[in-house]
Amino acid sequence: MSGIHFGHNHTPYAPEFRPTAGVCVPFAWLAPEWKLAVMLTLVVVTAVMPLTYWFWHVGAGALLIVLALVGRVALKPLLWRVLWLLPFVAGAALAAAWHGPTGPGWPTVAARGGLCLLIVLIFAAVTPFGALPGVLRRVGVPALLVTTMALMHRYLFVLVDESDRMRRARTCRTFMPRRKFGWRLDAEVIGRLFVRASERAERIYLAMCARGWK
Amino acid sequence: MHIPDGFIDGKTAAATAALSAVGVGLALRQVRRELPPRKIPLLGLAAAFLFAAQMVNFPVAGGTSGHLLGGVLVAALLGPSAAVVVMTTVLIVQCFLFADGGVLALGANIFNMAILGSMSGYAIYRLVGNYLPGIRGRVTAVAFASWCSVVLASIACAGQLAWSGTVAWSVAFPAMTGVHMLIGLGEGAISALVFYAVAKARPELTTNAPAQPARSFVGYGLLVAIGIALFVAPFACPWPDGLEAVAAKLGFEHVAKESMAAPMTNYVMPGVGSVGVATALAGIVGSLVAFVLAVVLSFLIVRKEPTATKTSASA
Repeated sequence: MSGIHFGHNHTPYAPEFRPTAGVCVPFAWLAPEWKLAVMLTLVVVTAVMPLTYWFWHVGAGALLIVLALVGRVALKPLLWRVLWLLPFVAGAALAAAWHGPTGPGWPTVAARGGLCLLIVLIFAAVTPFGALPGVLRRVGVPALLVTTMALMHRYLFVLVDESDRMRRARTCRTFMPRRKFGWRLDAEVIGRLFVRASERAERIYLAMCARGWK
Repeated sequence: MHIPDGFIDGKTAAATAALSAVGVGLALRQVRRELPPRKIPLLGLAAAFLFAAQMVNFPVAGGTSGHLLGGVLVAALLGPSAAVVVMTTVLIVQCFLFADGGVLALGANIFNMAILGSMSGYAIYRLVGNYLPGIRGRVTAVAFASWCSVVLASIACAGQLAWSGTVAWSVAFPAMTGVHMLIGLGEGAISALVFYAVAKARPELTTNAPAQPARSFVGYGLLVAIGIALFVAPFACPWPDGLEAVAAKLGFEHVAKESMAAPMTNYVMPGVGSVGVATALAGIVGSLVAFVLAVVLSFLIVRKEPTATKTSASA
């Protein structure tokens, strides 16, 4: 388990944050450990800071905008992701508004939720995920969990592509599925995907052994 | 059900993180002890599979769509401890790569979905599967257990939000549980369909899940009990808002004390008792309906029982 190296990865970015060819990794001079530490500090402080210290929230927002611009984060996918996740924050803020004077109140919940969202998304945009398992292992996270994470990230996009191919093959070969059977056919694809994933796992184990994994 | 950052406070984050760390540690130890080395890559692949499976959208009425959550499905296919490891990995990656669920709330999310969801779901799956024979019984068990795990996780989530003082229990509990009783129906149906698809293609994958000795569940049972005592018990009492204020103001120890006193007040107050009884009745009726639906579903999916049992017997 200790023999796996987490170096280069074919898909270091979440699909929507994958940079165009030739653009270097933003903040590459900063070790991922430090990026992780900065991100965690920002999240923790933001999540516990009451809104009476509003200058913190304004300052953090301004800092995030600067970081996103300096790091050349692709702004459009970032905004789409924020818009996609914002309804959850808004829903909980709405529920918090019912709570009355004892709770933190909805403006605080909304500000904290929105800011933390931005912090994590910008961190994800400037840090290749392939670097994260190595960091976690150096921090002392159990090797089995780190190995699982690295393998998952390596094969995540492979399996997503595979399920797309299976769905495409099904549509071009057969028919427009009757609405009644729509769920059953999708479930069939997912079931087959599990079978293929477990077969692939066997092959990976043999390949790992062949390369001296122990 | 992924809790974002800023919704749970420091004490809830710390308590859930501690519970999750212990739970994941237990799961890792058990996996290392029981899983043969050649199965270790399967954990990573199962996590990747779960991620890919969650991207397949199932159309629901009115233009909305839902997707698989998969905790019970993975537990039924790989065993409960492996499921905890797989779900934890998925949650960590969702948190850091897609900002699905907060960094501070990671402990709470792992506790609700990975530990409580997979473990209670697996226990129900084995219980129902023991009484109902054949592939139909196992499909029923997967469907019902998936429903239960989604509902239980949502109750724990509501309790954590209430304990943090963010959302009142009287708002969070009915809203979360009501919505997730419906979501659970979809989850149960999808899980059962996928489980049956795997059972048809490779029957040995659905029958060879390692049987766990009973004592290996003691640790998880204890963790889940502590979690319920912390997040849910303080609020299952007459005056949710009053107690919530106490919880918010005085914190940890006083919450524990109040939770000890709660059942007595419940029995003393007749009007309040009826509210509790009504909630319990609604829960029982809901579970019964879900169970009947699971049985009906298994009969709809598994058409010819004889051939199905033959294939599972030949495995």
